[in-house]
Amino acid sequence: MAQSANADLKTRLQNWIPKLVLSPSLAVILVFVYGFILFSVYLSFTDSRILPSYGWVGWENYSKLWRLSHWEISLTNMGIFALLYITLCTVIGLGLAIFLDQKIRGEGMLRPLYLYPMALSFIVTGTAWKWFLDPGIGLENVMHTWGWESFKFDWIKNRDYAIYTVVLAAVWQTSGFVMAMFLAGLRGIDNEILKAAQMDGASNWNLYRRIIIPQLRPAFLSAFVILSHLAIKTFDLVIALTGGGPGRATELPATFMYSYTFTRNQMGIGSASATIMLMAIAAIMVPYLYSELREKR
Amino acid sequence: MGFLDIDNATKSYGSVEVLHNVDISVKEGEFLVLVGPSGCGKSTLLNMIAGLEDITSGEIRIKDRAMNGVHPSNRNIAMVFQSYALYPNMTVGQNITFGLEMHGVPKPERQKAMREVAKLLQIEQLLDRKPGALSGGQRQRVAMGRALVRDPDVFLFDEPLSNLDAKLRVDMRTEIKKLHQKLGTTIVYVTHDQIEALTLSTRIAVMNGGYVQQLGTPQEIYDQPANIFVATFMGSPAMNVIPAKVVMQEGRPAAQIELPDGSAAVLPFSQDNLVSYEGREILLGIRPETITDPDSADRKSSNIAELTNRIDVTEPAGSDTFVSMQLGGRDVISRMRSDVPVQPGEMFTFAVNMEKAVAFDPQTEERIQQSLA
Amino acid sequence: MSVATQDTAIRTGRVTRTLIYVVLILFALFYLLPLYVMLVNSVKPLDEITGGGMMSLPDAFTIEPWKQAWASAQIGVEPTGLKPYFWNSIKMVVPAVAISTVLGALNGYVLTKWRFKGDTILFGLMLFACFIPFQIVLIPMARMLGLMGLAGSTYGLSFVHIVFGIGFTTLYFRNYYAVFPTELIRAAQIDGAGFFHIFWRILLPSSGPIAVVSVIWQFTNIWNDFLFGASFADASSQPMTVALNNLVQSSTGVKEYNVHFAGAILAAMPTLFVYIVAGRYFVRGLMAGSVKG
Repeated sequence: MAQSANADLKTRLQNWIPKLVLSPSLAVILVFVYGFILFSVYLSFTDSRILPSYGWVGWENYSKLWRLSHWEISLTNMGIFALLYITLCTVIGLGLAIFLDQKIRGEGMLRPLYLYPMALSFIVTGTAWKWFLDPGIGLENVMHTWGWESFKFDWIKNRDYAIYTVVLAAVWQTSGFVMAMFLAGLRGIDNEILKAAQMDGASNWNLYRRIIIPQLRPAFLSAFVILSHLAIKTFDLVIALTGGGPGRATELPATFMYSYTFTRNQMGIGSASATIMLMAIAAIMVPYLYSELREKR
Repeated sequence: MGFLDIDNATKSYGSVEVLHNVDISVKEGEFLVLVGPSGCGKSTLLNMIAGLEDITSGEIRIKDRAMNGVHPSNRNIAMVFQSYALYPNMTVGQNITFGLEMHGVPKPERQKAMREVAKLLQIEQLLDRKPGALSGGQRQRVAMGRALVRDPDVFLFDEPLSNLDAKLRVDMRTEIKKLHQKLGTTIVYVTHDQIEALTLSTRIAVMNGGYVQQLGTPQEIYDQPANIFVATFMGSPAMNVIPAKVVMQEGRPAAQIELPDGSAAVLPFSQDNLVSYEGREILLGIRPETITDPDSADRKSSNIAELTNRIDVTEPAGSDTFVSMQLGGRDVISRMRSDVPVQPGEMFTFAVNMEKAVAFDPQTEERIQQSLA
Repeated sequence: MSVATQDTAIRTGRVTRTLIYVVLILFALFYLLPLYVMLVNSVKPLDEITGGGMMSLPDAFTIEPWKQAWASAQIGVEPTGLKPYFWNSIKMVVPAVAISTVLGALNGYVLTKWRFKGDTILFGLMLFACFIPFQIVLIPMARMLGLMGLAGSTYGLSFVHIVFGIGFTTLYFRNYYAVFPTELIRAAQIDGAGFFHIFWRILLPSSGPIAVVSVIWQFTNIWNDFLFGASFADASSQPMTVALNNLVQSSTGVKEYNVHFAGAILAAMPTLFVYIVAGRYFVRGLMAGSVKG
């Protein structure tokens, strides 16, 4: 409220107190988030190695980065991981939500069981799956002692398949949450529309395909945004589950950045990779946030 | 100078002006109702008086003190909101005294004022309850109590009855009117309900599109609407607006109206000043209750015209029956006593009280002023 | 989440229903499997696990792995167990949750009830800060914590979590206060209440539910964080997650799976506990971060 010059004290106070209250949070975020982002982006154009250094090298770090097979593996893994993770979480989440929405007895018991993994740390999830999938003591070994001698399940130790174990653990952790999102969407659909469609003679299959699932669009969008953002940030799970191995078989951009910056002392290249991750997330989040926050006044 | 002066007030959001040069002067003890359809600017104007929205240009004065830039709490006003806006976490008593507390009134005085108001509004037994445990009507009373306890210069009401069911609304309407008569306070009251406006007010400002269309007593607004908007907005069913042509009959101006069968009815005007409109098209405004059967026509009227036309639809509504017909190519509604024998499809002779008829210019939609003889 | 069961219009046949139940129960088992594995193996001697008995109930029940994980397991170089790290996590979580929630409440209040030009953009900036890949701030943050004298301390970690938590807490309170009737604020203004009076007397008393959501969300997120803990903490200030990872990844000696599992449960216990007692608030928190802005 812009006020005329003759406003009384109370009115003037009321005009600047809110901004004053907001300012500490804003200042902290501007410096520690956006300032730091600029700093990191700047570092990605410098010859920083173990410590920040300010020798300008232009795009050199980026061109080096794109020539690294390590980075290429990370990106390929990211592609496989993100695609499978998002698809599986969505399919399982939607499926479970639809099934749970059929007036299931015991829904109140099942729902928390599907959801609790989301409350766990990825480190805990990683640890649990790491040993369960370990061929030496886990599932394979159990099957052998149960008499199925030829059973073989060593994906976590296998360069070609290890990335799928990361997918498995990640899907285990998040699919229940996606279920909750879809369930909320389903419960928000007007029952009268469904009744009308049944009067029109729609089968259950058609009811879902033509009426219900199209109405879940917002839930699909939210799920996609949340899942893709989680996928790009996946770090702890890989550290705990495979440590990026065997070899580099499960490296992802997040682990790549970490090891290049902190163990290989290639800060410039690390910053370049972080910048690319940021761009990827911004490409998804910015349009989403924009559409969600657009003025509805 | 009035008690509350709104002087050339405008309001813009960015480049969009939503309220245009409003001039209203309210005298002490007046009950001014701002009425209009949603989006007409009435609530904005009320919020500007309250200080909840600032004034883009112009001035608002209460008791000759300019209010621009004065904080709402320093204007000595009180407001009753549409949703009642009772603080959900406080008891009724705390709700009523919160304003006094904020103004530093000592507790004993607050309690005394609270008890007086509670007695006045008969809500003494509710003082320890939370708003959530109250009915709509009780909340309404508490909201009024919160306003009354402040003993303000001006009371502002923002659609206070629109959340109540129909029966309660009528009761509370009467209650508010009684309260106003008893306390003689100055009230500005916003509503979209024209009946509320007519029953409660001492003066009405009819608003539309950010303009005050007409400012006047309920009688003036009803009988001499300034334009077609006011004519059709105020009154239910709305005033009939019929295309007509001014002709001369026996040396006096009359309205010639086309009937569905192709013939024409000629209804003489009471006033002579429409002579200058001879041969021109006008819009004739006739209220439904001034079209009746010949037996029920107003005996005090000096100008009852009759016309015979086919009845289209009859809608019995208990005490009255609404009868529709076609006049000048439009649906026209008349209001009959319920015992008048009317059947759809039959020909019927209607009596029109032309003394109450008004004429509008079809271009400007303004009423053609009839300088009364 | 509005999961109160309502009348669904869809009818299904008996065969379909049976099938649905089978699928639902299979998935329940899938989600329970790792928890089962962790629990049963944390209370059996190591040789039962290595001997192929991972899926069986313990023959010889023992709580020794729990004792070891808590008090004597080798973490890094010290045989301290997870205990000191558990307290590190507590010391990090409590102030971070409290401060970020208070700031979020104030910000949400300003952004909904005291709007000004450009406030939505500012909120967008705050919110986006929660979603960035934190790798992009690791390097300057590490240096800045050093400059501020907070490097390698739980205070430093709390500070970092506050910075990156404000966006979420602000989101929660903003969404909650957005549907709080503005007329109440106006009524209070006319009654003469100022900015803080309105917040304290009118809004805060009604903010219980969202405060719970915010606290639970922040608690879970910060407790479960690994990246910041691994990047900014030293041996004396490491949080539980980092310590657990060190325990599990240590390459020296025999791998004591039973101790790892006990440690994993210890690390999961606080958040699981919160989830069990206040699950629906937890879910609401998850949903608020996704469904609407």
